[in-house]
Amino acid sequence: MSGALLQVEDLNVWFELEGRPELHAVQGIDFDLSQGERLGLVGESGCGKTTAILAVMGLLPPTASVAGRVRLDGDDIFEDGEDSIRPHRWRDIAMVFQGAMNAFNPVRRIVDQIVEPMELHEIAEGKAARRQAGDLLELVGISAQQATRYPHEFSGGMRQRAAIAMALACNPRVLLADEPTTALDVMIQAQVLELLGRLTEELGLALVLVTHDLPVVAQTCDRAAVMYAGKIVESGTTDDLYHSPRHPYTRLLFSATPDLYGEGDVISIPGTPPRLDREVTGCSFAPRCDVAFGPCSSVTPESLSVAPGHQARCHLNDPTMRRAS
Amino acid sequence: MSPIPPTALNQDAAVAIPATVTSPRFRFLRSPALRKPATIGGLALLLIFVLMALLASHLEPYNPTVKSGPIYAPPSGAHLLGTDDSGADMLSLVIAGSRVSLIVGFAAALVAMIIGGAVGLLSGFFGGKTDMVLMRITDYVLVIPDIPLMIIVAALFGRRLLNIIIIIGAIYWTSTARLVRAQVKSVRERTYVKRVRAVGAGNTRLIGRHILPQVAPLLIANTVLTVAVAIFAETYITFLGLGDPSLISWGKLIENSFKGDAVLNHAWWAIVAPGVCVTLVVLACTMVGQAMEDALNPRLRVGHLSVRRFRLRSLNTGLSSE
Amino acid sequence: MSARSPLLEVENLTTHYPIPRGIVGAISGRPKQVAHAVDGVSFSLARGEMLALVGESGCGKTTTAQTVMRLVDPVAGTIRFCGDDITHLRHRDLRPLRRRMQLIYQDPYDALDPRFRVRQAVEEPLLVHHLGSRTERTERVERALERAGLAPADLFLDRYPHELSGGQRQRVAIATALVLEPELLVADEPVSMLDVSVRAEILTLLDELRRSGLGILMITHDLSTAARFADRIAVMYLGRIVEQGAAQDVVRDPRHPYTRALITVVPKRDPRDRTTPQILKGEAPNPVKVPSGCRFHPRCPEVASGRARDRGLEERCRGDDPLLREISRDHLAACHLA
Repeated sequence: MSGALLQVEDLNVWFELEGRPELHAVQGIDFDLSQGERLGLVGESGCGKTTAILAVMGLLPPTASVAGRVRLDGDDIFEDGEDSIRPHRWRDIAMVFQGAMNAFNPVRRIVDQIVEPMELHEIAEGKAARRQAGDLLELVGISAQQATRYPHEFSGGMRQRAAIAMALACNPRVLLADEPTTALDVMIQAQVLELLGRLTEELGLALVLVTHDLPVVAQTCDRAAVMYAGKIVESGTTDDLYHSPRHPYTRLLFSATPDLYGEGDVISIPGTPPRLDREVTGCSFAPRCDVAFGPCSSVTPESLSVAPGHQARCHLNDPTMRRAS
Repeated sequence: MSPIPPTALNQDAAVAIPATVTSPRFRFLRSPALRKPATIGGLALLLIFVLMALLASHLEPYNPTVKSGPIYAPPSGAHLLGTDDSGADMLSLVIAGSRVSLIVGFAAALVAMIIGGAVGLLSGFFGGKTDMVLMRITDYVLVIPDIPLMIIVAALFGRRLLNIIIIIGAIYWTSTARLVRAQVKSVRERTYVKRVRAVGAGNTRLIGRHILPQVAPLLIANTVLTVAVAIFAETYITFLGLGDPSLISWGKLIENSFKGDAVLNHAWWAIVAPGVCVTLVVLACTMVGQAMEDALNPRLRVGHLSVRRFRLRSLNTGLSSE
Repeated sequence: MSARSPLLEVENLTTHYPIPRGIVGAISGRPKQVAHAVDGVSFSLARGEMLALVGESGCGKTTTAQTVMRLVDPVAGTIRFCGDDITHLRHRDLRPLRRRMQLIYQDPYDALDPRFRVRQAVEEPLLVHHLGSRTERTERVERALERAGLAPADLFLDRYPHELSGGQRQRVAIATALVLEPELLVADEPVSMLDVSVRAEILTLLDELRRSGLGILMITHDLSTAARFADRIAVMYLGRIVEQGAAQDVVRDPRHPYTRALITVVPKRDPRDRTTPQILKGEAPNPVKVPSGCRFHPRCPEVASGRARDRGLEERCRGDDPLLREISRDHLAACHLA
C-alpha cells in the first residue's frame, strides 16, 4: 500500500538452537503503518510479537536469521542487513523496550541519559542537547527540576515516561512500544496511554503498541493485528475485531478477557500453542479451535480479505473451503 | 470410578513429554561450557595426576628414597627426568610427591569448603546480626597474612602434615563463604522457599531440602578452584621450609633443589620437573572449576553484550547470507 | 469457637514497617520513620465466599494478606480465625494454624522447587505436619491434584515443573495448598502472570473451591477480574479500605471518588465504549507521609473540581479522616461526600 510510512512484508524470523531444529518464531507477517496511526500488535506469550518488532529494528542476536522486507517511505531498509538498518535506527524508527523503566543507568542523571542518544546519533551535543533533552522530558510530563534526578528517585510511571522520551530523542517518525504499561498500575497506565495518544496527535508519530492486553488496544489503537504462533491471524480496525471477529482465536481471546460490566461467562481456551520448532500441517490454531472443521487440520489457511481493511486467516471465511468439506 | 475423558489439559501432559526427560539436577551437564576443549583437557590432566597419586608405588621406576644413579645426572634413557642431589631418580620422586601434594590439596580444600560453606549458609540464611558477625569474622580472616601465620603455627605446633592441611583450610575459606552467602540470600527469596516456609516448614527442612541442594553445585565448583589454591599453598609452604620434613612433596623437591644448589649445578630438571607438575595440576583445576562455575552460574555469561548482527536470508531458497 | 462465626474477622488491623535510618540518620537525630502499610483495616470473610482486595501498588493489600496469615506481625488490631483470636499467638502455636490457612502466590514459575517432582512438591506439606502414613499421603496427594483439576493425577506425579505449562504449574501450587485441606485460601494475584487464555481456568477453579466451602481472600490489582469472579470487593488506598460491598454494587454504583476514577480508567474491551477516563494527577503518596484528613483528598477530583467546596465539606475532607460507614445495605464507603 503506497503512502504508508512503514510497510512490513512477509517478515520471517528463525532462531538457531543448539542441537535442535530451528525455531520459526515469526512466520510471514505483513502490516502497514501511516503517519499518526496507532496500530496494536496483540498476542499471548510466545506468539512472536516482540521478536517481530525487534526484527524491524534489526536488534536480533546472531543466532537469528531474518527474511522479508521492511520499507520506510518505500525504501527497503533490510536490503543490506545491519548496514542498511543502522542509519535509520533511533533516527527514524525507535523502540521502547519491555522493562525499559528498569533499564536506566543508576549512576547517571535522567537528563544525561536522554542526551546520550542525541550525541551518539549526532543530533545535537553539549548545551543544545541538554536543552533539547529538557524540552523532551517536559513533553512527556517530567519537569526540568525532576530531570536532573537519578533513576532511583523516580517512580515506575515516571521512569516509563523517561524511557519514552529516550526513544523520542532523535525525533523518529515511528515508535515501537513493547508492553509499555504492563508493569504499571491502572491509573499510571492511563496516564502513559494518554501520553502516547497525545504524541501521535501532536507529533504525527506512528505508533505500534505491542501488548497482550486486548482492552488496552481496544481503547488506544485504531487498528490492530492479532498474532498467534508466529502468524497474524486477523487484522483490521479494533471495532471490527471486537464486533465482528472473523477468526475464532480473536473471538475467544475477547471472551477470555473479563470486562467490568460484561455478561456471559469468562472462558478459557484449552490447550497450549504449538511448538514453533516443527512444521505444522493445517491451521496452527485448529487443535484448540471450537469451530474447526474438515480442511482445518490439513490445509494451511491463507490470509483472506473479508471486508475492506479487514483480513483473517481462517477457512471459515473461504466459501470454496466450506463447500468442499 | 469412571474413566476420566481426555481433556486438552491432560492431553498436553501426555504430549509435552519429550523422549528423554532430563532431571533439572543434571541439566547443567549439557551446558556448552563443559564441552570446551580446555575443560576436557583439564579434566583429563586432573585424572592423570590423580591416577598417578593413587598408583604411585606401582608407577615409580626406582625407589625414590635411595640413590639409583649419579648425582644431578641429566635426563637420559635410564632416568627420564634425571636425578636429584642425592642421586635419587627424579621421575620416581615426582610421582611419589604427587601423593602428598594432591592429598593436601584435596583435604585442605575440603576443610575450606566445610568452613566456608557453613559460614556462608548461616550468614545468608539468617541474615541480621548473625550475618554481620560472621562477615566481620570473614573480613578479619581475609586480612591475616598467610605466611607469618604459618610460620607461627609451625613454630608452635610443629611441622606436621595435619597442621598444614588445617592451616591452609582455615585461611582460604573466605571466598567460598562470600559466594555461598550470596547464593543462599538469593535462593532464600525464591517464591517456593517462601511458600514452603508459609506452609510451616522449619529451618532444617528449608536449608536441607531446598537451599543446600540449590547451592551445592556451585559450592563444589568453587571447591575445585580452591584445590588449585591449596596445592599451590602447600608447595610454597614446604618450599619455605615449613613443611613436614619426613614427607616427599613437590614443594619439598623444589626446596631440596634450592638447598642442594641445583641452579649452580645447572640441574634445571630438579626444579622444572616438580614445578611443571604443580603448574599443570593448578591449571587443570582452574579450567575445570571455571567451566563448572560458568555452566552453573548464568550471570557470569556476557555473550549477550556482543554486537548483534542478525543474518539475512533469502525467502525463496531459505539459504542464509551475511 | 462457634460454627456460626465468620471464617475470618479482621478488626482495625495495623501493620507498620520501620524505615531504617542508618548510622548517619541515627547520629543526626533524624526522627524514626514508619511506613503505614496497613492502617486500620476491618473486614470479614465467610465460608464459601470470595472477597477481593483491590488496589494499586502500595495500597497495602499484600501486607494485609501477609498479616492475616501471621507471616508479618501487626502492631495493632485483631485477627479472628473461626472465632479464635490469633493476633498474638506465638509462632510456635501458629503451626497447627498453618494447615488451615494457605497462601497461593503470584508467580507460578517460581512457586515450585525446580528440583522436586510434582509428587514430592505436593507431598511436602504433609511431611512438614507429620500427617498420614505413606499410602495415606499418596492418596491425599492424588486427591489434591485432582481437586486442582489435574486429572488423572498419575499423568502429572512424576513431572518436573519445567515440563508443565504456566497454568498447570499454578494448579500444582494450588494442589500443594489443598493437600492440607485448608479452610481459608489467600490468593495473591493468582493469575496476573498467566496468559489471558488460561486465567479463566484458574479463576474458575478458585470459584469451584469456594463453592465447596473454602473462604477465599483474593488480592488483585485487576478490578475487572474482581468484578467477575468475587462475591465482594474491598477497594484499598494507602493502607485503608475506602469502599466495600457486593462486587456488582461497588462496580455499578461506586460511592467513593477513588473507586469512581478507577472504574473510568480500567480499559474496556469494546472500542466503542469510550467513557472519558478520569485520570488522577500524580501518583499515590508513599505510605511514610500519609496526608492529613482524608488520605485521598490531595488527589480527589471532588476537591480539585470544587464540588466538595460547593457542598461545604472541603474543610472536613482536609481535616477529618472519614470512617468506613454503611451507605446502603452491605455497601460501605469512607467518604464525607458519600
